[in-house]
Amino acid sequence: MNIFFAIALKDLKLAFRDRAALVLMLLAPFLLTLGMGFVTGRFSGKSSGISQISVVIVNKDSGQIADALVNVFSSDEVKTLVAPINMTNEQAARDLVGANKVAAVVIIPNGFSASILSAQETSPNPPKIEVYANPLAPTGTGVVESIVQEFLSRVETLQTSGFVIMTTLMQDGLVKPQDAAAFSQEMGQRLANAASQSAITLNHETPAAAAQEFDVLAYLAPGMALLFLMYTVTRGASQILAERENATLSRMMAAPASTAAILGGKVAGVFLTGSAQVGILTLGCAVIFGVRWGNPLGVMALVLACAAAATGWGLVVLAFAKSREQMGTVGSALMMLFAILSNSFGQGIPLPPFLKTLGKLTPNYWGLDGFTRLAQGQSMATILPSVFALVLMALALFAISSIGFRKFSRA
Amino acid sequence: MNAILQLNQLIRQFGEAWAVKGISFEIGEGEIFSLLGPNGAGKTTTISMLSTLLAPTKGDATIGGYSITKRPNEVRKIIGIVPQEIALYDELTAQENLNFWGQLYGLSGSQLKTRVSEALEHIGLADKAKQRVSTFSGGMKRRVNIAAGLLHRPRVLFMDEPTVGVDPQSRRAILDMVKNLNKQGMTVLYTTHYMEEAEELSNRIGIMDHGELIAIGTRNELIRQIEQSEILQLQFGEDVNTTPIAQAIRQMKDVKRVDTTDRAILVMVPNAAVMIAPVVAKVSETGARIKALEVKEPNLEAVFLNLTGRALRD
Repeated sequence: MNIFFAIALKDLKLAFRDRAALVLMLLAPFLLTLGMGFVTGRFSGKSSGISQISVVIVNKDSGQIADALVNVFSSDEVKTLVAPINMTNEQAARDLVGANKVAAVVIIPNGFSASILSAQETSPNPPKIEVYANPLAPTGTGVVESIVQEFLSRVETLQTSGFVIMTTLMQDGLVKPQDAAAFSQEMGQRLANAASQSAITLNHETPAAAAQEFDVLAYLAPGMALLFLMYTVTRGASQILAERENATLSRMMAAPASTAAILGGKVAGVFLTGSAQVGILTLGCAVIFGVRWGNPLGVMALVLACAAAATGWGLVVLAFAKSREQMGTVGSALMMLFAILSNSFGQGIPLPPFLKTLGKLTPNYWGLDGFTRLAQGQSMATILPSVFALVLMALALFAISSIGFRKFSRA
Repeated sequence: MNAILQLNQLIRQFGEAWAVKGISFEIGEGEIFSLLGPNGAGKTTTISMLSTLLAPTKGDATIGGYSITKRPNEVRKIIGIVPQEIALYDELTAQENLNFWGQLYGLSGSQLKTRVSEALEHIGLADKAKQRVSTFSGGMKRRVNIAAGLLHRPRVLFMDEPTVGVDPQSRRAILDMVKNLNKQGMTVLYTTHYMEEAEELSNRIGIMDHGELIAIGTRNELIRQIEQSEILQLQFGEDVNTTPIAQAIRQMKDVKRVDTTDRAILVMVPNAAVMIAPVVAKVSETGARIKALEVKEPNLEAVFLNLTGRALRD
């Protein structure tokens, strides 16, 4: 055990003595967080985070579902988040985006409600809601997109259930064909009511949390920390190759210690460095930017779980890379890919469903999910799935990488 | 003298290539034994097998009674390694490096502290203990590299070309250090391609070439093999092609061996005094001019030339 800790602590010390590495481990994520904080208006004094996002709603439909969506934007659940403005002139609304006056315009086309309510008569091109996004307000746009997506997802679920119920009732003779239209009307009303209720689940977990305003930095800072965590773990893992090249690894292997203790110590060094990095960034953001992270125990659990999962990825790259150069290239690519798939930049660009699913294979996704939940004031219990997913990911990746680790054993 | 290290038909292959072709010898406790040979002779592979980093393809060796294949961890406890490369961490201080390597050998607490202080004193770097190794000269790094292999006081120390690339002053310090360690009872297996180092340090010398142990014995025993021989060393300028000259000398009567090294031709003859004039005449016939001529006493280089037909190159 002594050897295990000696190696891990030595690697931690070396990582924090490498000035170039420190720039990327700590300074870069801090500066990026700072910059994005300025872009989102976090430091402008106008706002203390994501709140009062200006959004224009152009409702060209007079149906119940469209009205329900309009109601969602002015509901209590999102009143601190968005500031909706209703307009009828679509072009004027679009011009407001062009003038950078609003974050987005939600355009509900004519016939939208009818297309939902008469889904059994499927049209090849049903009217679709358009979110006209302001590229200069990516975070705000992302929030508006999320609200619309959540609403549509709920409508789709209710629509499917309603269709099944109606068909069953008609087959059983409980609703006569001549009453079907009136029944559909009634179901539509109920569907609209149901869809408008709790479409957005922000701050729903605890009554205390409802009052807590979400800080944009509580999303951006972990996003940047996790982005550069991937750099740290691939750099740390590549040090094992460096040690093999400069003979320190073989000198360790000549000591009376098991291969498991030596390689375990190296892996622990990568994990400790990653944990220290995210821990310092988290603490730094709290002290310097005043970010309220939420439950400290939860934050600690997430930091460790994220570092473990990221270490797993670093080790997989190490196990199959042939050189340090190859590791550097693959590591940088993964770093960016993971950040994009997990929406770490708050880019607000809706990803296709398969990419969203793929994003769940990244430590960034689960880390961001957990950190934002805690920052919203949600309980420890709500981050357990994230922690569990990260630990599971770490274990799976450790197992995979162990196959390629044979190359470091005594020959 | 009791044998502390015994090699028995040790073989190592890398694919189809034979790095070590079945070598056997013994080293007595308290002895300095040098493996002398050119680069690629198999010296480092032999040390790697003895230090349990490489498994032999065939054969075995025992160190302190423990088999390197069956009891590698027991072997690791009694050996120390000074690798050819500077296996240190540049961004750690000399003291931190030694602390780390000491911990790897199970040292801790006051014992570790004492041993590190003693080692730093021993290598003359106590006043630079808290300086990062990256600020050290090559020679200073070499000394720390040696100290890292000594902290746990091994019974057998393997030193793989420890003087490569160091200045004469540091080389002298390293050679003196090896002698001192040996005086304290440590057995040393020293590999080098510098004949002078092997001659100065060793109780016995093994000469390796192409993975084989081609000669073994004390310096005098080895030189006795060529006591009827002397070496003429002919030095030429940079513009001279020595290959056809060596070829011409090789045809001469009474010339035993001829080989070329960097701008020089080595000629092994039974009697240098008799052979100087004809050799110089033969060189003149080729049109080349000799820059310098030296008659060398029988030495290990001559032994190597005698055994292999080649000079002991870097």
